Amino acid sequence: MGILEAKGVTKGYGEGAAYHKVLDDVNLDVREGEFLAIVGYSGSGKSTLLSLLAGLAKPDAGTMSLAGAPIAGPGRDRGIVFQQYSLLPWLTVAGNIHLAVDEAYPDWSADKRREHVDRYIKLVNLSHARDRHPHQLSGGMKQRTAVARALALNPKILLLDEPFGALDALTRGSLQEELERIWQQDQKTVIMITNDVDEAILLADRIVPLTARGTLGAPIPVDLARPREHAALNHDPRFKKLRLEVTEGLLAVVGHKAEERGAVAALPAVRPDHERGKKVRSFFGLGPERFVKGSAT
Amino acid sequence: MSPFLQLKGVQKVYDTPKGPQVIVKDIDLDIGEGEFISIIGHSGCGKTTVMTMVAGLTTPTSGTITLQGERVTGPGPERAMVFQTHALLPWMTAEENVMLGVAETYSRATAAERQGIVDYYLDRVGLTRSKHRYPPALSAGMRQRVGVARAFALQPKLLLLDEPFGSLDTITRFELQEVLIELWSKARTAALLVTHDVDEALYLSDRIVMMTDGPEAVIGEVLTVPFERPRSRHALLDSAEYYVLRERMMDFLEHTSAHAPRSPSASTAEPPAVAS
Repeated sequence: MGILEAKGVTKGYGEGAAYHKVLDDVNLDVREGEFLAIVGYSGSGKSTLLSLLAGLAKPDAGTMSLAGAPIAGPGRDRGIVFQQYSLLPWLTVAGNIHLAVDEAYPDWSADKRREHVDRYIKLVNLSHARDRHPHQLSGGMKQRTAVARALALNPKILLLDEPFGALDALTRGSLQEELERIWQQDQKTVIMITNDVDEAILLADRIVPLTARGTLGAPIPVDLARPREHAALNHDPRFKKLRLEVTEGLLAVVGHKAEERGAVAALPAVRPDHERGKKVRSFFGLGPERFVKGSAT
Repeated sequence: MSPFLQLKGVQKVYDTPKGPQVIVKDIDLDIGEGEFISIIGHSGCGKTTVMTMVAGLTTPTSGTITLQGERVTGPGPERAMVFQTHALLPWMTAEENVMLGVAETYSRATAAERQGIVDYYLDRVGLTRSKHRYPPALSAGMRQRVGVARAFALQPKLLLLDEPFGSLDTITRFELQEVLIELWSKARTAALLVTHDVDEALYLSDRIVMMTDGPEAVIGEVLTVPFERPRSRHALLDSAEYYVLRERMMDFLEHTSAHAPRSPSASTAEPPAVAS
């Protein structure tokens, strides 16, 4: 039996005729110590599933249990890291982690709590930045802080909701490799929600696709040796095969939701002014000053 | 005859409190008519700077940019752009956003013809049913669809795509790549795409320009993508050659692009101040 189990879980929003089912008969069995990735696109119910696992919402039907006991609400046994770091801006890196540790371990001495905080700051390689505030941190450093805060409470399970989605590719790559290192060192059960196929293959023991209908597909085992490296994976024929398998599974879903096209068959034959050499100095009817990056919308 | 689009010795220098900083230099690039070119590089390498210069939103400090032999000195509808931040007007519907440019660019068209152009492109991006919605009521993917429709509706000579799908999830990105390539195959306009997505560049481009890390970024390597069109994502992902090219690009981005070798602590540095 797994550490975390979902049986026939259904969840939707709205009442009566407006009821919209987001998750439909979801069954999941997470093994202790494994790294499980749930891959789906925006709107497929990924975050709803995570909320249920976290105990922030209750299923409409079905049961969820943690180590054999039903999940009744949120608990310290499940640490969560969100895409938006959710750090308190007026506290430093150490302060943000302290806040959680002080609350979780009120019986510990001040020294013991400080040592504990510093140990997790070191684990995520942020010792040099322990006294910085969030606005002095890059996106990657903020996310490391959030990971350290979650791990410092020593949860049984780490729940990651697209943790690196807001980071650039290079930072994401190095944080992924770091997460794998931390996971191997800490041996936590990790459930990661992502829309990034490569990320799932790099990190997970098993990948579970979440379809457009809110059902879970069959788990795809990732039998690649660890530690895994982006560059080396590219050579591996099994990586290629997995990539195709997971990508195809996701692409098959696209057809269900794409809006119809092709109803307007003909384009009027009239040509734009610039083909007649007429000069216009604007973008889309607006002066260029409106389109300096970040200024519009 | 001069190339369709030519960048010659283009350099951009910004004045900073610490003195002048060279963002990009020695950019020489010829783009043929109907060619699809991607520029790829890390954040802060100045790829967006190159694009905004081609768009005419900024001018090179030295060097020249010419389109069909004519010097680029400012923006114009013959070079339509799709922005990462979509840059739609929030108080206008999807349809009105597209019409804004169409009304200006087709001065000889009747009202019905203009409406026909708007309807056609909104249909092609799959937004007919949502065209009366305002941008805040659209998903991120739908907003980018409006941006794509708005750009193609001008029937530009050159399409500028500044990480248009960079903030979308994988599946939405796949869908929009399909929409884009379908429209592009029909229009056969030249396109310049800025991206940091290796797979996106390989799927869409004829050639890929790889830039070194900034500051003082230069063109490091240009890769020709040999796959015939129309391309199938499945066939690409299943071909050995695809992975050879992918590896070359990733190798460039991981090692060659940097002035100093990347260390595990590299990502703890502050992000580059000049991101665009």
